[in-house]
Amino acid sequence: MASGIEPGAELLRIENISLSFGGVKALTDVSFNIKRGEVRAIIGPNGAGKSSMLNVINGFYHPQVGEVWYCGEKRKGAKPHQIAHQGIARTFQNIALFKGMSTLDNIMTGRSTHMAANMLSQAIWRGTAEKEEIKNRRYVEEIIDFLEIQSIRKTPVGRLPYGLQKRVELGRALAAEPVLLLLDEPMAGMNVEEKEDMSRFILDVQSEFGTTIAIIEHDMGVVMDISDRLVVLDYGKKIGDGTPEEIRNNQAVIDAYLGVPHE
Amino acid sequence: MFYRQAGDFKTTYRDDIQTFPLKQDRWGYYIVLAVAFLVVPFFINDYWTSAVMLPFLIYAIAALGLNILTGYCGQVSLGTGGFLAVGAYASYKIMTSFPDLNIFIVVLLSGVVTAAVGMLFGIPSLRIKGFYLAVATLAAQFFLVWLFNKVPWFYNNSASGQISVPERSMFGFAITGPNADAPVRYLFCLTFLVLLAWVARNLTRGRLGRSWMAIRDMDIAAEIIGVNPLKSKLSAFAVSSFFIGVAGALFFSVYLGAVEVGEAFGITQSFLVLFMIIIGGLGSIFGSFAGAAFLVLVPVLLKNIMVNWLGWPTDIAVHIEFMVVGGLIVLFLIAEPHGLAQLWRLAKDKFLLWPFPH
Repeated sequence: MASGIEPGAELLRIENISLSFGGVKALTDVSFNIKRGEVRAIIGPNGAGKSSMLNVINGFYHPQVGEVWYCGEKRKGAKPHQIAHQGIARTFQNIALFKGMSTLDNIMTGRSTHMAANMLSQAIWRGTAEKEEIKNRRYVEEIIDFLEIQSIRKTPVGRLPYGLQKRVELGRALAAEPVLLLLDEPMAGMNVEEKEDMSRFILDVQSEFGTTIAIIEHDMGVVMDISDRLVVLDYGKKIGDGTPEEIRNNQAVIDAYLGVPHE
Repeated sequence: MFYRQAGDFKTTYRDDIQTFPLKQDRWGYYIVLAVAFLVVPFFINDYWTSAVMLPFLIYAIAALGLNILTGYCGQVSLGTGGFLAVGAYASYKIMTSFPDLNIFIVVLLSGVVTAAVGMLFGIPSLRIKGFYLAVATLAAQFFLVWLFNKVPWFYNNSASGQISVPERSMFGFAITGPNADAPVRYLFCLTFLVLLAWVARNLTRGRLGRSWMAIRDMDIAAEIIGVNPLKSKLSAFAVSSFFIGVAGALFFSVYLGAVEVGEAFGITQSFLVLFMIIIGGLGSIFGSFAGAAFLVLVPVLLKNIMVNWLGWPTDIAVHIEFMVVGGLIVLFLIAEPHGLAQLWRLAKDKFLLWPFPH
């Protein structure tokens, strides 16, 4: 689907999205786009609607108003698992790994969208099922190498420390070979060293796999360094959009972060 | 020779993902299979077959089935008794409608019928979870038992309301009916158990099994990374019910021979199989075997000790048996909530390092 989109061309367009839960307005009339191959950051104070935005992009929330255009096509009521098949993968703010499974199985689950053997073949473990398993295992091992988590391959993820769990979750998202990767606070709760590692992985993903990345992150130093363009949300409204340099000098953004009283 | 991982190098992914990656485990498995198929049949008598081996083999199949649904896919079901009944009545109707059909095929077809019924009762799982789903499956339990009592077509209008199995044979050996020999019945059930355990293992280590476990561990995340919840939940219900249907067909045709639905397939069966997988270990193939063995063997053992060795009256023995088994279950859940399978895993981990654990 995304094969026709050149790097630098528009991959995803959000048009006048409004989303509310009962009386609470999570997003009001937000529009922006994401270009293929860029790192696009979504920032804003707590409760600004950043995670809701990602949930709209991967189809978990359906906005009451507005349109989502992906690869030049308008999206109509697709389910999250269908959107995953279109090449959008994500990680979660609170780690959402499959706790009872090993690192390897978690990442292999991320390959689901690339596997299609029928149930009979899986039941007897011959033919397509076995071939498919081995072929995808090879790809998963590449990701394990890339993220340097060889030693915890067969450890149940519930036993891993926080930083490694975050890394495994990134691995699970990468396993889908996504066109667009959504990262929801990948560095929350990490120390400086872990943040450096994670930033390096994110930039490597962008350059090695050519993945487009949308990232939510609170650490301004990191965000300004690794992103190409930023969107700033506050109280569900877009208050800024542009390169790190432009955002740094945007009065509305400075006000939002420094806490000027709202009239 | 020690139980060791060292020196057992894997050079292909195919080797790495096999069921028993350790050489010693593999040999252990072959030896158990050989003993079960080649040695046991020569020593088994009628008492051992009916009191121990057949219930163990058949409950192990049912436990495997429920473990796929509850242990792997996280969907709690209290409808096992009802689905066992579906398997039993399906096999009865198929046997009496097509007298020439091979008994092996009959049992498989009963599984297929149960799979279809199971999928139907699995539809609520798409909207509800946990305890609420358990209650919905409870409805299946009561409805199915009621149905088989109420509609005479299911028991071919027999006067007693019971169904009793006609004689069927394979390769000249009677498998069902009063003329079936103990070793033949044992081997017939054993074949099904080994085949289905192998299928369960294959399904749970591949894509389908991972999608079940993903739904169990974190259903929203699973859907967002591309697992179709509808397909994986319904397939879990289908596969699980297939296993339980096969168990039900064997329970009726090979083990009991004649059943009355309310007695043989009541709610106690649902709980019994559920206890088996909880004690054995949720989400473990070995756990299904261990749980079935525990709950089949312990009562027999207790009864033998109290009645035959100590000479106590039978009625007292029965009550004490209830208390002891119940106490053991409680003790077990406190000491090792992950079941016998976890104990087995821990023991193996210890042995891998024994005698120098540091």
